[in-house]
Amino acid sequence: MPALFELEKAYAQAKKDRSFQEELKRLQAAYVGRPTPLYHAKRLSEKLGGAKIYLKREDLAHTGAHKINNALGQSLLARRMGKKRLIAETGAGQHGVATATGAALVGLECDIYMGAVDIQRQALNVFRMKLLGARVIEVNIGSRTLKDAINEAMRDWTAHVRDTHYVLGTAFGPHPFPAMVRDFQSVIGREAKKQITKAEGRLPDYLIACVGGGSNAIGLFHEFLNHDIQMIGVEAGGTGIRSGEHAARFAGGSIGVLQGCKTYLLQDDDGNVLDTHSVSAGLDYASVGPEHSFLKDSGRIHYTYATDDEALSAFEMLSRTEGIIPALESAHALAEAIKLAPTLSQDKIVLVNLSGRGDKDVQQVAKIKGINLCA
Amino acid sequence: MMKKTRIAATFEKLKTGKKKAFIPYIMAGDPDMEKTMERVLMLERSGADIIELGVPFSDPLADGPTIQKAAGRAIQAGTTLKKVISAVRELRHHTGIPIILMTYYNPIFKYGEALFIEEASAAGVDGIIVPDLPPEEAGGLIRLSRAGTGLDTIFLVAPTSTEERTKSIVAACSGFVYYVSLTGITGAKLSVNEAFKSHFNAVRRLTGKPIAAGFGIATPEEAQAVGQIADGIIVGSAIVKKFHEEPGSAEEFIKNLRGTI
Repeated sequence: MPALFELEKAYAQAKKDRSFQEELKRLQAAYVGRPTPLYHAKRLSEKLGGAKIYLKREDLAHTGAHKINNALGQSLLARRMGKKRLIAETGAGQHGVATATGAALVGLECDIYMGAVDIQRQALNVFRMKLLGARVIEVNIGSRTLKDAINEAMRDWTAHVRDTHYVLGTAFGPHPFPAMVRDFQSVIGREAKKQITKAEGRLPDYLIACVGGGSNAIGLFHEFLNHDIQMIGVEAGGTGIRSGEHAARFAGGSIGVLQGCKTYLLQDDDGNVLDTHSVSAGLDYASVGPEHSFLKDSGRIHYTYATDDEALSAFEMLSRTEGIIPALESAHALAEAIKLAPTLSQDKIVLVNLSGRGDKDVQQVAKIKGINLCA
Repeated sequence: MMKKTRIAATFEKLKTGKKKAFIPYIMAGDPDMEKTMERVLMLERSGADIIELGVPFSDPLADGPTIQKAAGRAIQAGTTLKKVISAVRELRHHTGIPIILMTYYNPIFKYGEALFIEEASAAGVDGIIVPDLPPEEAGGLIRLSRAGTGLDTIFLVAPTSTEERTKSIVAACSGFVYYVSLTGITGAKLSVNEAFKSHFNAVRRLTGKPIAAGFGIATPEEAQAVGQIADGIIVGSAIVKKFHEEPGSAEEFIKNLRGTI
């Protein structure tokens, strides 16, 4: 708790400090490459024969996903707080890579916790983190995925709180993390709003984003919450809700308390957290950011899911029609756009957050398709 | 005002006799509930003053590898919060030793706070420790615990807790205050140095309630060192490990620990 109070205070000060905000802004432009483009996916829109689809290209941000927005902000904050070391959890590896990058940029030590299962399916990102000077610590307890990596990172933080900052990678966990991560990610929505207004002279009709912990989604949605726009969050449907092999907390879970927040959770009757499944490591998580739970219960945002198969076919469709290989996480959002767009007229606008690029997933997709890349 | 609890009475009696409380922790349902009940009685025979019974949870954030694995085994064996409460009810036919449940919050939340407190106290549970529930979120649970037959609520003071925070934690505690003897998780390496003593004494100045220390106490030497400062010692991981790896020598190990304080 003292660490959380310290962080809350430090963040509140940094938020108001013009020099902190200016440095963040300068690095977002010069280092991350912001603003990321808003791209009209013309061929995909035509193929689907309905609404106009725009992609917010977070895949083009430095390190290949939106995760850098938050990791950069928290790295600067940690340096300002006088911490010597950063730790983080990672699922798909994108947040681990982003934190290792942030640590290298500001000159801090870095340890990344990653589940053994994820280490296997995201070998490329593991090597990237090592190249960036981070240590990758394998987590071999529980389900050996993201949830367990968060547990281990929290245990490490408890033990080394005096000199270590925990860069939580999503809009989850105890206060101030959900609000702070949302703030660092909301640059996505602020840019998208300006860009779509410039391109179309108006705001979109629909926003779609995938929801693991939910940071890319809240980052896009936050700026638009007070506008009359339909928003859809897409969870990982795995092999289907009835199969039990999924990570759809809203479709298949109930309210619980885990890792410092009260939110929807996949749990059994005794309150133990259930194992999850998704083809996408970044969405393979039993819980979800508390603000999403609030927005679901208030009815402001509609949440649905895409199955592994739907995400995989969206992955291929975008690659072939637009020459963009999306992350499997982002492919879940695309799968929803692919379902939705044909039902809408051509004057409607759908804006999809393309949260990351798919290079890291190529090996796994080949494996699923039974292709041996080393042959 | 609730009547004096068994835990409070135990500490008073020990104080009168100038003795310290020995509080062993075991994981309920590891390897099964039958063995757990036998072990509670064995711990009492070996000199335990209070028993801390762990309720297994899938994500035990405050625990190190030893207790994480024990929780995994207990869940595999089908242990649930409900079954742990039933086991305490059964144990009450054989012993009056104070029993504290250490459980994470989600199993209680899922059970329902009111129903949990009602059933646990009716079964003869004396106190609860919920390491992932800070006192400011525990208002409901504290109120329910003080009503009825009376359950003690024990919160954790960490070496990183500021004076202001320590004050609010000790105010929420009843029965005793749990002093976390290291900055970290259960089963980590303890060092009973000057910093430990000075922070412990700072906490002592803020409360008249008994203070028991735990986390990382693994050897008779450490038990003795901590026992000279605190009103009681809590030993978890070392005992859980002993029961799992060398159950034959557990009783002797426990008697040795008891003997040092």
